[in-house]
Amino acid sequence: MSNQNYYIPHGTYWPIIGSIGISTMFVGFANLIHDVSWGAPVMGLGLTILVFMLFGWLGTVVNESISGIYNKQVDRTFRWGMSWFIFSEVMFFAAFFGALFYARILSVPWLDGAGNNMFTPELWEGFKATWPLVNTPGAIGQSGTAFSTGFELVNPWGLPAINTALLLSSGVTITYAHHALRKDHRNALIAWMIATIVLGVLFLGFQITEYGHAYHEGLKLTSGIYGSTFYLLTGFHGFHVTVGAIMLTVILYRIQKGHFNSENHFAFEGVAWYWHFVDVVWLGLFVFVYWL
Amino acid sequence: MSTISAVAAHDDHHGPEKGLLRWVKTTNHKDIGTLYLWFAFSMLLLGGAFAMGIRAELLHPGLQLMEPQFFNQLTTMHGLIMVFGAIMPAFVGLANWLIPMMIGAPDMALPRLNNWSFWILPFAGAILLSTFFMEGGAPAFGWTFYAPLSTSFAPDSTDFFIFAIHLLGFSSIMGAINIIATVLNMRAPEMRLMDMPLFVWTWLVTAFLLIGAMPVLAGAVTMMLTDRNFGTAFFDATGGGDPVLFQHIFWFFGHPEVYIMILPAFGVISHILPTFARKPLFGYSSMVYATASIAFLSYIVWAHHMFLTGMPVAAELYFMYATMLIAVPTGVKVFNWVATIWKGSMTFETPMLWALSFVMLFTIGGFSGLMLGIVPADIQYHDTYFVVAHFHYVLVTGALWGIIAAVFYWLPKWTGRMYNETLGKVHFWWAVISVNVVFFPQHFLGLAGMPRRIPDYSLQFADFNYISSIGAFAFGLSFVLFTYIVVDCIRNGKPADSRPWYSAKGLEWTLSSPAPYHSFNTPPSRADILAESQHS
Repeated sequence: MSNQNYYIPHGTYWPIIGSIGISTMFVGFANLIHDVSWGAPVMGLGLTILVFMLFGWLGTVVNESISGIYNKQVDRTFRWGMSWFIFSEVMFFAAFFGALFYARILSVPWLDGAGNNMFTPELWEGFKATWPLVNTPGAIGQSGTAFSTGFELVNPWGLPAINTALLLSSGVTITYAHHALRKDHRNALIAWMIATIVLGVLFLGFQITEYGHAYHEGLKLTSGIYGSTFYLLTGFHGFHVTVGAIMLTVILYRIQKGHFNSENHFAFEGVAWYWHFVDVVWLGLFVFVYWL
Repeated sequence: MSTISAVAAHDDHHGPEKGLLRWVKTTNHKDIGTLYLWFAFSMLLLGGAFAMGIRAELLHPGLQLMEPQFFNQLTTMHGLIMVFGAIMPAFVGLANWLIPMMIGAPDMALPRLNNWSFWILPFAGAILLSTFFMEGGAPAFGWTFYAPLSTSFAPDSTDFFIFAIHLLGFSSIMGAINIIATVLNMRAPEMRLMDMPLFVWTWLVTAFLLIGAMPVLAGAVTMMLTDRNFGTAFFDATGGGDPVLFQHIFWFFGHPEVYIMILPAFGVISHILPTFARKPLFGYSSMVYATASIAFLSYIVWAHHMFLTGMPVAAELYFMYATMLIAVPTGVKVFNWVATIWKGSMTFETPMLWALSFVMLFTIGGFSGLMLGIVPADIQYHDTYFVVAHFHYVLVTGALWGIIAAVFYWLPKWTGRMYNETLGKVHFWWAVISVNVVFFPQHFLGLAGMPRRIPDYSLQFADFNYISSIGAFAFGLSFVLFTYIVVDCIRNGKPADSRPWYSAKGLEWTLSSPAPYHSFNTPPSRADILAESQHS
């Protein structure tokens, strides 16, 4: 048995700052959506506190890491932690994919009388089940929101296909970056990292452009179940790409600072795993939201 | 097996800090466990107070004390507070206190994250409770918050409820990640997976359930949020969505959730019965496999909560048969517990009384669950007091019983002092009799057709409701005595030995009482681990 010690930090204020930040943010957001005037600034304040906390907390961890007090066992803890965190993210997306499949396979056909639901044709006269569901059964929702009807579909072989290529390539470039890191090829590493970030940012740019097109052609959050699943799935994915790109940028900065070597670079790998996860989610989106 | 040691020896061997800020800053698993347990206990008293309000209203037929809307707020908040505020945090508190000691580790794997997991809870609880003081009152749609009650017809405060659920979910996921990393990475190098005590095993499986289920709940409340405020149509048929979709997503979380609340209790009971029967646990490995099987099955049975909301018959049959399957691993567990105490030299100290009554009363809850799982029978029982009786038998005399049994069993280890055994027994008999007076008559009420979640009822239900309410007041009062016993133990208890229970097995008993601030600075040896293992 070796004498390496497991590092156990003592006394920290970061978590309580994080709790204050995140609760302030949510309270502000809840007031914002109820049109309370102080909602937006309070939400901004909460977000600022949260970002401050993330910088402080992760900064502490980075400093501890480069000062060499983490051993292999701590490294394994981080690996388990990151893997299970990504699994939790997978399950979050699973809820929205589940909603998508449920609507496509079960509930939309049922509204048209499929599966012996003998009363629904009476309720929604003239409704035809299609997917994408362009015309909703009722024009006004129960919450009083009007569901907009009629929109142009996004052509999967336009921007979405380009975006698929971009994101898949970024999965390849980050793997090249990892190989370069393991061989201590610093310049190649930096080049591949920049390539990955550029591909990610390009993806986001095209995604925003595509949102603009879709919105102008009538596909909105209020377009019924198609718009709901389309925007929440792609929106949460886009949010995760944004977070991933920010993390990649931080990693690039840390590479410049010389924080990693060919042996010790969990932070790089954790972000790379996250990036691949975002990639895989996009494949699911491309196939089931845009294409089929 | 890794050769790297789990030694935590610190250069600075300091104990706890002084002052109140210690509790805010702490990264120590025992401090955080204590915070969790006290938080859970205060939520238990609060949720219990809501229950007293509910039973006071139901003491007599007719509206007595409150508006129906407020009654609905009480039932909703009672359920939410008990599930997310009391039972779940109490088990995480037990995990924090016990898992590092049971696996020979110095602390949890991610101590700072551990602090955050706890310190989100008071904020989330405050946001949830603040809804009582908002215009339109607190959410009143039941703890299951079915759409469209929670989307189209809910008060504005529902959005605060949604964010409280998000926060509680963050906390649970971070806690679960920490527990998995601790169990898989912080075990004494010489401890193999199949050497782990059952409380550790059941918590490992529970943590997996949490990480699989809580994000789905986050998805469900996010869809609620956008349906309510941003015009999406997930749960709205006019937009092509379906309110039943909400129930599917909710119960995909909700069914694993009920095992999240009971599996750690199974672990606790598997520690207490062998100690006081003075026999090794019967069928250790089958207990582990049964736990894993229950966890797997819990993900594929969710729609048995929805037999009456509209489903193809084939789906109803599938969910019925899959549900019946859960009886097999659960039966294995109950069989093993009975076989453990069979011909044992039993003594009946307070933890043993709680554990034995757990086995009997939880089994009643399990059997009524089987009855509810049968589609044609469920058509009769659905949404009646029979359901209320069922889940209170599994959650009160199951989950809560496990927690109280654990408190009495490990209190000497935590405080270094013994509780008053006579008072402990008095409290047990008081609680176990009164809890049955509360919930047993509710079976009859349900079978006779009394619906749940109503403030008023027909006259023929009056007698059983009266009995149930009287029992509830008695049961509620028993927690005053419980509080006294615990506080009295902490302040005046006689010093406890490091192994206060003769023939108790487990690495935690090799540490002094109270346990040192850092659990194991040197990992226990293979011989120690085997000597303290639950193998027969």
